[in-house]
Amino acid sequence: MFRNLLSLAVLLSIASTPLVARAVTPVELKSVKIDLPDSDKMFPDGSGSDAINNNCLACHSADMVLNQPSLSKQAWTAEVNKMINNYKAPIAPEDVGTIVEYLTTLKGAK
Amino acid sequence: MAENGAFRSMVTRRRLLAVVGATGAALTKPAWAQRMVDLPLPGGPGAREITTTFPQKGPMILQRTRPPLLETPFEVFDKGVFTPNDQFYVRWHWALIPTEIDIDKFSLSVRGHVNKTLSLSLNDILHGLPSVQLSAVNQCSGNSRGFFQPRVSGGEWANGAMGNALWTGVRLKDVLDKAGVKPGAVQVRFKGLDEPVVADAPHFMKSLDIDHARDGEVMIAYAMNGEQLPLVNGFPLRLVVPGWYATYWVKMLNDIEVLDQPDTNYWTKVAYTIPDTQHASIKPGETGVKMIPINRMVPRSFVTNVASGSKVNAGAPSFLRGIAFGGDCGVASVDFSIDRGQSWHQAQLGKDEGKYGFRQWQTHITLPTPGEYSVLIRCTNSNGVAQPDTPSWNPAGFMRNVIESTDIMAV
Repeated sequence: MFRNLLSLAVLLSIASTPLVARAVTPVELKSVKIDLPDSDKMFPDGSGSDAINNNCLACHSADMVLNQPSLSKQAWTAEVNKMINNYKAPIAPEDVGTIVEYLTTLKGAK
Repeated sequence: MAENGAFRSMVTRRRLLAVVGATGAALTKPAWAQRMVDLPLPGGPGAREITTTFPQKGPMILQRTRPPLLETPFEVFDKGVFTPNDQFYVRWHWALIPTEIDIDKFSLSVRGHVNKTLSLSLNDILHGLPSVQLSAVNQCSGNSRGFFQPRVSGGEWANGAMGNALWTGVRLKDVLDKAGVKPGAVQVRFKGLDEPVVADAPHFMKSLDIDHARDGEVMIAYAMNGEQLPLVNGFPLRLVVPGWYATYWVKMLNDIEVLDQPDTNYWTKVAYTIPDTQHASIKPGETGVKMIPINRMVPRSFVTNVASGSKVNAGAPSFLRGIAFGGDCGVASVDFSIDRGQSWHQAQLGKDEGKYGFRQWQTHITLPTPGEYSVLIRCTNSNGVAQPDTPSWNPAGFMRNVIESTDIMAV
């Protein structure tokens, strides 16, 4: 259940909120400007590393892929197809097999 | 042990903020930047960097740099029931996240099947509507995914894709009432400022049924733990859906659309679905199962002051402490077992900060003779739902809530 900060005051104040709202809302917001870090990590060199670097790193950094467990070729195929079909990754058809092979070699089920 | 007094969670907000400040001060030490953590994920890889490079954030487990996936280091949960803002986990779907928010220019639109389209400034929201506060757990649908066996793809989280905060904001109901929902409305769809890198990819949006949206509990938060949200946690506004998985808690919320038809967008209808089975569980490889959108959370509990692999003295009481949450309702009891579930004993519950939040628990255990023990902790929620003793499995790695086990050696 909600805990009104000044429950009675709030209950009585709906029609005349601004002043009371200020009283019950100690939070004041400040504009924010930040820089988010990026990652320059590339996929390890190997057959197909150019294809995966060129096609995949525009949308996400490599680290999460490298954190994946060993998965079957079938699972890696489904993953790459999900990126293309659901998330509209503009991967050239001729690169799909290369990327799946790269991932299966790097992170294939043992 | 000297810990048998009041729970550490019973701190005033002032003290909580002081703790946050102290943590922030420690971050300037360059040693942090080199730190790694080894998450005990079956089959690995478990090595992750502890990053301090995200603005407004302290040390976080780096799961992905862009879009950010940052996990809360588990020891943070021992500090109390409120997770500090600067170590609250972070999860984004798309990489185009605004890095500059001008509070005078930001607006929240309310449109669609309403009598009056609104464009609300932050001033309108902070000062024009009643303020409400609520303690609630925000947990990623895939929290603990890395423990699934067989393993599944996705964010390979350990148990730190969750956090509890005291959220301050306004009721979604009050905002919808201001716009005037027309008869025939069925759902309300929420969208934030983040955008996909690829233009025709589906913008991240989530929907709630109209009655849920108007239940008076769903809120639009402008503060967590008494301060504005860190940008990567959704500044300036975030939807808070108490008791429901975090996928619904849309960050940087700037668009609310009342729908007169069920939402068919990808993120509501296709992504974030679970098998419509007990514990959302199926057998690996099983197909043809009806899938439904993920929804209410389920109970969980953890030991926070003793790590697996710790040693204690046999025959002497050892202090054990942790957190629990009921999921979509409060915690009724937390029980522990030192004999693999043959007998259970109640732990003492800490202060109730609200049914949707973390609840601390504590107890003393005595491991009678030297040897290895698995200490089990089980939360039963106020709806009578207890954590299951076997792990569920589904292909997305959602909703893990099996009874946790902590291995302790008595010497």
